[in-house]
Amino acid sequence: MAEITYREAIRQAIDEEMSRDERVFILGEEVAEYDGAYKVTQGLLDKYGDRRVMDTPISEEGFTGFGIGAAMAGLRPIVEWMTFNFSLMAYDQVVNNAAKMLYMSGGQIKIPIVFRGPNGPAEYLAAQHSQALQSIYAHIPGLKVVAPATPYDAKGLLKTAIRDDNPVIFLEAEMMYSWKGEVPQEEYLIPFGQADIKRKGTDITLVTHAKPLRMVLEAAAELEKMGVDAEVIDLRSIRPLDEKTIYESVRRSNRCVVIDESWPFASVGSHVAWLVSRNCFDMLDAPVELVSSDDVPMPYNHKLELAVQPSVEKILTAAKKVLYL
Amino acid sequence: MTEQKMDQLIKNYDRDFLLKLLDQMVLMRRLEEKAGQMYGLQKIGGFCHLYIGQEAVAVGSIQALDLSRDLVITAYRDHGHALAVGMEPNVIMAELYGKATGCSRGKGGSMHLFDVEKGMYGGHGIVGSHIALATGMAYTFKYNKTDGVVLCYFGDGAIHQGAFHESLNLAKIWNIPIVYICENNQYGMGTDFRRVSGTHDLYRMGESYGIPGKQVNGMDVLAVYEATEEAVRQAKEEGVPTLLEMQTYRYRGHSMSDPGRYRTKEELETYRQQDPILYLKSVMTAGGLLTEDEYKEMDKRARAAADASAEFAENSPEPELDTRFEDVYAKEAVNG
Repeated sequence: MAEITYREAIRQAIDEEMSRDERVFILGEEVAEYDGAYKVTQGLLDKYGDRRVMDTPISEEGFTGFGIGAAMAGLRPIVEWMTFNFSLMAYDQVVNNAAKMLYMSGGQIKIPIVFRGPNGPAEYLAAQHSQALQSIYAHIPGLKVVAPATPYDAKGLLKTAIRDDNPVIFLEAEMMYSWKGEVPQEEYLIPFGQADIKRKGTDITLVTHAKPLRMVLEAAAELEKMGVDAEVIDLRSIRPLDEKTIYESVRRSNRCVVIDESWPFASVGSHVAWLVSRNCFDMLDAPVELVSSDDVPMPYNHKLELAVQPSVEKILTAAKKVLYL
Repeated sequence: MTEQKMDQLIKNYDRDFLLKLLDQMVLMRRLEEKAGQMYGLQKIGGFCHLYIGQEAVAVGSIQALDLSRDLVITAYRDHGHALAVGMEPNVIMAELYGKATGCSRGKGGSMHLFDVEKGMYGGHGIVGSHIALATGMAYTFKYNKTDGVVLCYFGDGAIHQGAFHESLNLAKIWNIPIVYICENNQYGMGTDFRRVSGTHDLYRMGESYGIPGKQVNGMDVLAVYEATEEAVRQAKEEGVPTLLEMQTYRYRGHSMSDPGRYRTKEELETYRQQDPILYLKSVMTAGGLLTEDEYKEMDKRARAAADASAEFAENSPEPELDTRFEDVYAKEAVNG
């Protein structure tokens, strides 16, 4: 299998779906002539023209609502937000329009649209450019939310997202764009609502999603050195959520740590931790632990920003706690 | 700009066309009165924004459309537009009642009337937000290289929202076939639009985006029709979006709970003198195109339809409780 970057995996998914379905088009800031702020859409303008690859003004509410309107009338847009931080300018459009249209029209109007872009902290970007915002999207019924952490998952999930008849929030990460992984030549799709066990193990279940996956796998390797065999579950899809895979694992391991780079209050991580606590109560040998970012805005200083976020060390500390080590 | 008066315009139209306009406005009026009455009896809950006084805007403008392809989208004062595209009074009233037979199956209510088959794309509750949707809807005509236009209605209160300004800019840079129709009924809820607007000529708000605007007497159904027809032609043939400011007035409160203390009885009376229905009726009568008896017959039919719609709504079933879980997500379309 060929090794490609996460960036290239997303580009391939968009390209393949655009050539497969004439109704698919992409719009956003710098997606066309500039080839994408993170080069995800490189080459697409040349291939498909400005009718289907549209540079927008810096006008998130306007072009997001525009995309939703195009979906109402039968197209299948992909809206690229340069980052999810800027999606807050368009939050009304997503929550009040995209997520509600099918329901309040009594089932008449579908919204087949993908909102995608980098989410979560990168480096040295400070408070307004370093937010992991999955929780505020996952909270909304009517939206689907996915957060792939490998090139393979990114490509398969994005193709599914583009073919889905619902609004899908597709969370990438700036730091992940250059990550490499194996992606097959032949076409494949990954269904939503299926978590992936990224490492099999028996002693403890580590549940995560998105960018922290890599450090969770590193933590699992450290645990192995201590004689602890950790299972790592990558949710991939936040809404719908694959509760079954999580519970089956925890019922085998009897111990669980949830890792989420968002803030701890009312987050995807805290929700998953609560679900496990309630639904695996009799099988747990220790209270579920949550490793999140600190409950503060992101500081600029590098040492401070690293201290704020989850780390291998923090994961190991939490794991040892539930293992009583 | 000078506008021709209706008594001059009327010569250009045949009687059947004029009767149709009058008939629609009368039906709208009677249905809204019935809705207001039923609200008072607590058959309808929540917000209920009546269109009384503004009928000429929806009727005149939608008359300029080809509803086999053109689309309409509006804000929450949407009963009039729903009727004007040809939705049945029964399904509208049933939706106001929240019944299963309503156009949105009781999920939408007064503010969210939809009928995709008839080109009615809602009924939207967040002020100004749907203007962006309308712009994207209109892009599909250009994208698919098909002939069509979107009429996007909103109030004077929406015109200061970012979504309006961002949308006009997008419509201009991408040559979108759309007509933005600002129904300036003078008050954003209880606030006189002159108190909160840097300009009192709202039709000029598109100028900085290169979008032509026109102020229209929104109490004159033929003036509305002609202005919209011209804007629709420009949108379809030249890809030029237009902003029309329809100067109109609502007789009732913003919603049912509004006593309207922000305006005087005299002001209301002045506008009642320009009532869009009475205006067309008087011009038609003077021109020998309508007798008093014919008008009475028309009004009788409208009242009967309004009564029948309330009866239909009353006798319709409530939605099944399980339907609350339906239509949150569309079924998968993996090969869509």
